[in-house]
Amino acid sequence: MVSPLDRKLLRDLWRIKGQAAAIGVVIAVGVAMLVMMSGLVTSLVQTRDAYYDRYRLADIFAPATRAPDRLAHRMAAIDGVSAVEPRVTGSALVDLPGLDLPVQAQAVSLPDLSAPRVNDVFLTDGRMIDSDHADEILLLRSFARAHGLRPGDRISATMNGARHGFRIVGLAQSPEFLYTTAPGELIPDDARFGVLWMSRSALSAAYDMEGAFNEALLTLAHGANEAAVLDAVDRLLAPYGGTGAYPVADQTSNRFVSEEISGLEASSAAVPPIFLGVAAFLLYIVISRMVQSEREEIGLMKAFGYTDTEVGVHYFKLVMAVAVGGALAGCLLGIAGGRALVEVYVIYYKFPFLLFQLDPASFAAGVSVSILSASGGGLLVLRRVFLLTPAAAMRPPTPPDYSRAGNIGRALNAWLDQPSRMVLRRITRQPGRMAGAVIGIACGMALSASMITIYAAFDRTIDLTFNVMDRSDVTVSFTNALSDMAVFELRRDDSVILAEPRRHVPAVFRNGLNSHRGVITGIPPGARLGRALDSQQAEIPLPASGIVLSTALADILNVRPGDRLTVEMREGRQPTLQIPVTAVAESLLGAPAYMNLAALNRALGEPGRMSGVLLAIDRDRAPALYAALRNMPMVAGVSLKSEAEAAFLKTMNTGAGAIRYVMGAIAFVITFGIVYNAARIAHAERYRDLASLRVIGFTRAETAFVLLGELAVVTLAALPLGSLLGHYLSFAIAAGFSSELYQIPTIFDPPSHGFAAIVVIGAAAVSGWLVKRDIDRADLVSALKTRE
Amino acid sequence: METLTFRTRELAKVYGEGRSAVHALRGVDLDIPKGEIVVLLGPSGSGKSTLLNIIGGLDRATGGDAFFRDRNLTAMTDRELTRYRRDHVGFVFQFYNLMPSLTARENVELVTEIARDPMDPDTALAMVGLHDRVDHFPAQLSGGEQQRVAIARAVAKNPTVLLCDEPTGALDSTTGRAVLNVLKNVNEKLGATVLIVTHAASQAAMADRVIHFADGGIRKIEINETKLAPEEIEW
Repeated sequence: MVSPLDRKLLRDLWRIKGQAAAIGVVIAVGVAMLVMMSGLVTSLVQTRDAYYDRYRLADIFAPATRAPDRLAHRMAAIDGVSAVEPRVTGSALVDLPGLDLPVQAQAVSLPDLSAPRVNDVFLTDGRMIDSDHADEILLLRSFARAHGLRPGDRISATMNGARHGFRIVGLAQSPEFLYTTAPGELIPDDARFGVLWMSRSALSAAYDMEGAFNEALLTLAHGANEAAVLDAVDRLLAPYGGTGAYPVADQTSNRFVSEEISGLEASSAAVPPIFLGVAAFLLYIVISRMVQSEREEIGLMKAFGYTDTEVGVHYFKLVMAVAVGGALAGCLLGIAGGRALVEVYVIYYKFPFLLFQLDPASFAAGVSVSILSASGGGLLVLRRVFLLTPAAAMRPPTPPDYSRAGNIGRALNAWLDQPSRMVLRRITRQPGRMAGAVIGIACGMALSASMITIYAAFDRTIDLTFNVMDRSDVTVSFTNALSDMAVFELRRDDSVILAEPRRHVPAVFRNGLNSHRGVITGIPPGARLGRALDSQQAEIPLPASGIVLSTALADILNVRPGDRLTVEMREGRQPTLQIPVTAVAESLLGAPAYMNLAALNRALGEPGRMSGVLLAIDRDRAPALYAALRNMPMVAGVSLKSEAEAAFLKTMNTGAGAIRYVMGAIAFVITFGIVYNAARIAHAERYRDLASLRVIGFTRAETAFVLLGELAVVTLAALPLGSLLGHYLSFAIAAGFSSELYQIPTIFDPPSHGFAAIVVIGAAAVSGWLVKRDIDRADLVSALKTRE
Repeated sequence: METLTFRTRELAKVYGEGRSAVHALRGVDLDIPKGEIVVLLGPSGSGKSTLLNIIGGLDRATGGDAFFRDRNLTAMTDRELTRYRRDHVGFVFQFYNLMPSLTARENVELVTEIARDPMDPDTALAMVGLHDRVDHFPAQLSGGEQQRVAIARAVAKNPTVLLCDEPTGALDSTTGRAVLNVLKNVNEKLGATVLIVTHAASQAAMADRVIHFADGGIRKIEINETKLAPEEIEW
């Protein structure tokens, strides 16, 4: 049989259902976020790993200029190597109808007779290539989709200076090319870089690679010593132009995907606990006030001889029903949300299948945080009530002593009517309780303000990157380093306003145990189109010796200005240098390093060289320029800043950064929940007072003013505090969103805070309206006769 | 054999401190024999409710002693006071203090569930004449009915003492008389000692003993040789 106390519990829950639901929702979204984010990260990591495993992604990539096939057997004999696949790759320019400029692509060989032992492809449409037909290719599915190409279509491409016609027989995906980034660019773009697979024999013929390979792919046995294998491979390839074998961790596509996932991981580690913490704090406040309002019933139960433990257990059950109910709803919501998000991300990351995995720890954490904060709030108040004698707890509500509070603001009395005085005195009489309400709403304001600030910070990142740091319109890259005299040729073009040489040199940076595989950008003195800037956007001069690192790279390598850095250049004579770090530059995109162009060329022993040109152009005359560039044989690629900006925007809005919109929505839900709860509690506490006002002849509006006036004052007081909290919160959230791919700097952004204030005030207005409806509906007689 | 249910010596209660201190009880000596109906009379603030709260184990004295039988209530721990209330004391309050979320029977069950030797809840409700309204919620009952539920709740544990603070204070005289009748029945049938705090001096006519309070102390004690039935009382 259900005991009468349990029946009371159920009916009490029903009575406070509105408020219980509001608290439950706040807890639920806090927990849902935790479960969703951790499930999302776990699922993506597992799916990625399974995809890599199933399609045998290489553990080591070893590029060379031209190495004989027999070397592959010697690589296979290296201790710890389980499989080797030699292949040929080369750059190609694909001509597509309707495009001003050819699109860069990478041609990759597939073995003539069998499936590759390493780096297999996943055929999505059409069929595999037949090595008897040299013109058959597989095209990367995402690239084909971006340009509307299908199996059966024909395309032409320039390879090694010669033009070839190809027939697309199938579309494929590969774990190696989840993301494709044109050389020298940081942001992947499906449309602007393609991959085509051809038979080994056909590709060898195009690049004069018969009997040779220019890239070896290796997989390692379990427990192999990666560093030792890398060394051994480098030694084997050194005579054949090896530019340094690198592990899959440094592979472009994998690095991008892994950085994106770890970005999600970072934001899932940083943000949900903040949200859950705010929800827990709210739960604590609400529960403590709810138990406070049960004071009389507690006293009565004690008068009957119920022990403190029995009463405590009864309220503990009430609190648990709300907290656990909310937490479980949150888990379900989190699973549903996680599933939906994972499906979105699976498409974004181009995984061919999905392993949905949940992280049980997130359930445990979500539920236990809710239980702890709820029981903390309940027990603390119960302890205070238990300290009272039952007689004191049950004493008919004695009017709280307002005599001292009445003195506060006595000077104002002349200007205040009675209802205003009631509002003022209630606030000054119970500063602790009011502070709780203010802090609660401030937390809601803080969540909204910080999320809106983060939105603004993303916009700022784009603006700084593409309008302040990079002022060029077009980037031209060359097939190999050329004499910088070619700049003068470009400057002669009518459409070119400004042309500046650049040199990009791949390099490995080392400082102690920290290393990073990146690129050094050589910039000439007095450059105006793309510069190294400090945090105040002032130009950093590039000295004749020394290197300037971006903040991201300096963080990765743990170096500061004045430190010396080991730089292994992976081009030309491949010098290894000790270079002093002269400054740290603000960069929001990637992790670049800058050197004086002349100094970089000197280090390589190749004076007067450049690998690309930045152009500022007259856009009206752009088509003529594009036509000219198309006919320059040394041009490897041309990229437009507008396209790069669009690609970056897309990356931020569909990748890890997209989660900010989900978080923003949750922040708004919590903000509303907090404000609504504050209004509800105030209403519950003053139900009888308000009914009394109606009884003595106050109009509904006048009665509502007493309650809503208080809500208004509390809300207004919470705005500046919430703004301050939100400012600091935005640092933590921005750090969670920043990754090696891009950084989100936090600044104080007044419009964001203004918008958040409008959100909070709007929530207060809606809550006030909802509560006012209840005041209007109050049954005056029963309100005065019975307890609420 | 114990003949006294309550005995107090120099019982004092002070609320607050210093200049704002209120002396609710100023050294009360009192003996209440077993099985009597005792009416406590006196103006507001004279200390009668405070006395009731202390001997009922709801409040603590600040001085003196209060004995239930031979046990000193003022020396009891909170746990012992809880035990004492649970086993021996039934309370009836002026404002009924029913749980609004429980029906009449459930309000009674709230007490019978934890009592040592309770009666059947329906029996208790029948004693107060509410056998046909056991499934009603407090909001569906009149004031007199609510007070009778409160009495049923208080007597259902077979209490040793029944402490009533203004039990008719919120009722009209007809309903009040019915309530007093119930109290008298409980006293007769269960042998419980019944203490009634009231403003209505005429109710003293039904008591075995009448204690007059004033200014935190006992002014006089009357013993009624002949008691009136509640139906005969007017107020």
